[in-house]
Amino acid sequence: MLGTLTLLLSCQLAGELTARLLHLPVPGPVLGMVLLFVGLLVRGGVPEPLQETAGGILRHLSLLFVPAGVGVMAHLNRLQDEALPIAAALLGSTLIGVALTAWVMSILSRRGPDAETGNGENSVGEDAP
Amino acid sequence: MSPDFHEIWVYLSASPLAGLTLTLAAYQAGMWVFERFGRRPALNPVMIAVLLIAATLMVAGIDYRTYFDGAQFVHFLLGPATVALAVPLYRQFQQVRRSAVALLVALLTGSAASALSAVAIAWALGASERTMLSLAPKSVTSPIAMGVSEQIGGLPSLTAVFVILTGIIAASFGTWVLNLVRVTDWRARGFGMGVAAHGIGTARALQVNEVAGAFAGLGMGLNGLVTAILLPILYRLFFG
Repeated sequence: MLGTLTLLLSCQLAGELTARLLHLPVPGPVLGMVLLFVGLLVRGGVPEPLQETAGGILRHLSLLFVPAGVGVMAHLNRLQDEALPIAAALLGSTLIGVALTAWVMSILSRRGPDAETGNGENSVGEDAP
Repeated sequence: MSPDFHEIWVYLSASPLAGLTLTLAAYQAGMWVFERFGRRPALNPVMIAVLLIAATLMVAGIDYRTYFDGAQFVHFLLGPATVALAVPLYRQFQQVRRSAVALLVALLTGSAASALSAVAIAWALGASERTMLSLAPKSVTSPIAMGVSEQIGGLPSLTAVFVILTGIIAASFGTWVLNLVRVTDWRARGFGMGVAAHGIGTARALQVNEVAGAFAGLGMGLNGLVTAILLPILYRLFFG
């Protein structure tokens, strides 16, 4: 747990430093993810502790968005004044984005050898993402 | 108010401990409601937590900045969590490699469609320029979106709010819209959630299916890269 946390933070730190030194417009944590990914490729497997800690953090990923979400308080005036355009833009663009991305991907990968692996019509129920 | 109580109140409202505890407690309350009422996507735990905290802060007269002093410890973990997404990504690498072309085309289409449709709808309904610019990067994870927003002249903190709302919308209505367009492939469903709705979409996908979760994480990471690079260039083309 402790070792894994150190590893994750080191990757993030390396990512932040790389982005700053090379003036990349990419955020440090994303570079850190790429770094860890390459590391796993080189090593050829996920160590058990890393699997556990990463799984633990990712299970509660949505908790981490709560503090920024409460920032809604600071913008109540603007949100009220422009309620209709903001609501319509967020709702419309999000649904368009999810649907279009998934649709294009499913059309293009339909011919793949295992496009439907383990995902027959029945498996997509109430609880599908 | 007795002097003792007043002292405690002053301590609590200024200490990071209160904000941190409130965040965790509100999120657990959100999770409890979500589980208790049959995991309905509309009862998104993040939304419930945000509403509970905002209401508490308003009643108690604590401003957002003071709250964030405590809550930033949770906020900070977004960084390591983003790095940790490499793990599900690695586990699905074989699948990712097989569908590389489909992923790339879907990514570029979805990324452009999310940003452009947001700005277009807002413009058509008369939003201010500030609001439109703050909306453009809202599909990617908050640290990236806030950075891009600042570069193109939006309000980073407003963008952060749009980012969260986007995630909540996708987590609540994503299933519905994906069923509507009849996409049954878990990889595509997950990828759509990740590209259009970053970490909250990914969290939702992870709750449901590991393949969907991995592709959502991939979509989130890739769209973060694409948006961070393309949006400032597009902005310069249109407004510069």
